[in-house]
Amino acid sequence: MREVAVVSFAQTPYLRRERRRSEVEMLMPVIAQAIERSGIQKAQIGFTCSGSSDYIAGQAFAFVGAVDALGAWPPISESHVEMDGAWALYEAWVKIQCGQADSALVFAFGRASTGTLPETLTMQLDPYTLAPLGADAVSLAALQARALLDARLATEREMAEVAVRSRRDAKRNPFAQLKGDFEVEKILAEPYLISPLRKHDCPPITDGAAAIVIAAGEVARRVCRRPAFIRGIDHRIEPHQPGFRDLTVSPSTQLAGEQAGAAGRPLDLAELHAPFTHQELILRRALALPASVAINPSGGPLAANPMMAAGLARIGEAARPILEGQARRALAHATQGHCLQQNLVCVLEGE
Amino acid sequence: MAAADGEVTFSAPHIVEYAYRRSVGAVLGRFFTGLRERKLVGTRTRAGRVLVPPCEYDPDTGESVAEFVDVGPSGVVTTWAWVHAPSAKHPLPRPFAWALIRLDGADTAMLHVVDAGSESRMRTGMRVRPRWRAQTVGEIRDIECFEPETGR
Amino acid sequence: MSEAEPVKSIVTPTRLEYEYTAVGAQARFLDEISRGRIIGQRCPQCRKVYVPARGACPRCGVPTAEVVEVSDRGTVTTFCVVRVPSENIHLKLPFVAAHILLDGADIPFFALVGDCEVSEVRMGLRVAAVWAPRAEWGPTFANIRHFRPTGEPDVAFEKFKEHL
Repeated sequence: MREVAVVSFAQTPYLRRERRRSEVEMLMPVIAQAIERSGIQKAQIGFTCSGSSDYIAGQAFAFVGAVDALGAWPPISESHVEMDGAWALYEAWVKIQCGQADSALVFAFGRASTGTLPETLTMQLDPYTLAPLGADAVSLAALQARALLDARLATEREMAEVAVRSRRDAKRNPFAQLKGDFEVEKILAEPYLISPLRKHDCPPITDGAAAIVIAAGEVARRVCRRPAFIRGIDHRIEPHQPGFRDLTVSPSTQLAGEQAGAAGRPLDLAELHAPFTHQELILRRALALPASVAINPSGGPLAANPMMAAGLARIGEAARPILEGQARRALAHATQGHCLQQNLVCVLEGE
Repeated sequence: MAAADGEVTFSAPHIVEYAYRRSVGAVLGRFFTGLRERKLVGTRTRAGRVLVPPCEYDPDTGESVAEFVDVGPSGVVTTWAWVHAPSAKHPLPRPFAWALIRLDGADTAMLHVVDAGSESRMRTGMRVRPRWRAQTVGEIRDIECFEPETGR
Repeated sequence: MSEAEPVKSIVTPTRLEYEYTAVGAQARFLDEISRGRIIGQRCPQCRKVYVPARGACPRCGVPTAEVVEVSDRGTVTTFCVVRVPSENIHLKLPFVAAHILLDGADIPFFALVGDCEVSEVRMGLRVAAVWAPRAEWGPTFANIRHFRPTGEPDVAFEKFKEHL
């Protein structure tokens, strides 16, 4: 296995609605920053892979238009996943493992403000038996939350505490969208949105983009003072039908974590892609994270949830403290599908 | 129109609309044919697990599944969520519950809605039965909703 | 089981509603065309002018800010004759769809050519925009109905071949 490391990370300030720039205009500075910070010349980057979904903004072939931000001349080796950029990073990692590139630019973007996101996400459901019912993303998450409460694996108070902690920690993150001091008692007194979820249990609607450059070990050590080495990366998926799964646990996260070597040396922090408060509780348990591990010091998806970039941003936010010499070992998690159907775990470590 | 800093922007509605006709195959075809006749059908795996909605392949082993089993019509709510303010895309225009319902004879739950009237009537473990549409055509919404088995 | 045919298919209607907002360079382009002006932007690096204005140079991957007004006259670089009907096309069949390189621009864009026989359209043909009545103008490319031949001499292939 080749060593591969994250050497840079850049992101847009996350906004409820990007009013001034198109997707391409949002991406250009983020890509430019990621490349500049990487120490690798743009022309030397061996592979580019992006993650996005046309349905988010309702624009067919949006990912093709996004190539405008790359200056793809002479022609570049490029790929795209109709998924969160964390999976684009996985593809880029595989490319480097295969020896077909020594470095890669990974980027992701989502402009959810143009549509009605929970309804758009109905489109990722089985078209025969699920989508025709019109089940939206929040409704499905609520089913999972109820199952967790029924199983006494969580309380609404614990869910509220996740929300409060996330938005408080987000105050230190200049890129975060939803930040501030909230009180558990006050937010628990608010009405339900879709029981048992209240508004604070749900992620904000966010427009934004993120980019990461990864490189093979020998390149990373040459260009970066403190590369964040990807010690393990793995992803697993569960059956699609929510009724075929035990929604209170995440065996795919557990297995991905084991395969990525999450247990091992102690972690300083974990960035978990849990868009709903109760999902953080499920993931913590699936990864057996001790209380000493800081969860989502960036504020996580409850503070900013740029669709298709939130998972990639977790990898970036886990790598950043290592790149800056503040941390030694971190875990990043990304999810796709409803109710944590598919999960990716990435373990990062400085030397 | 001008954005906050005086830069011009233009907005317009953009509708993405299409209707696909999807072939359903033999397994789902049997399920939908059953729905048209107001019957519920699952598939049994070699290990004896009854899957509803039916699956062409056993999710545990990948083997094809070919045995059909009558299930329901009633079942048990295994989890639920109450929608206080339904959207236009939701299947009922009044507050309702989403639910995963394990039909009698099935080992998995299917997603549908329960027209319970009020959130206080919903309980995990409650029994529900389907309310069929007057006209059934062979699709999941031939079941208009489920309702509490003990009546409203 | 009844004797009726088994269910072979289902229809799954989809309708997603978005509100699209043109911002940045796109909005600027639409604003200018609502006044009868076609604008592009010049890349600070390669100096090429892109029409419509798109905020970025796809070749260099840098923002484009310098606004350049281009003519509403140009040259057909390539074209095809369309014989199948399409929604929202006002020309009768058969009609010509073409790439038009406007004077001042470095890339052509898609437009229709009308007011002539399809057999008259050729690469290098000089054309000019046929605008809708001014009272109907809005922030839309549809202000230009189509392009018509001007009668000027054709442009030699060497002059536009790099824009194909």
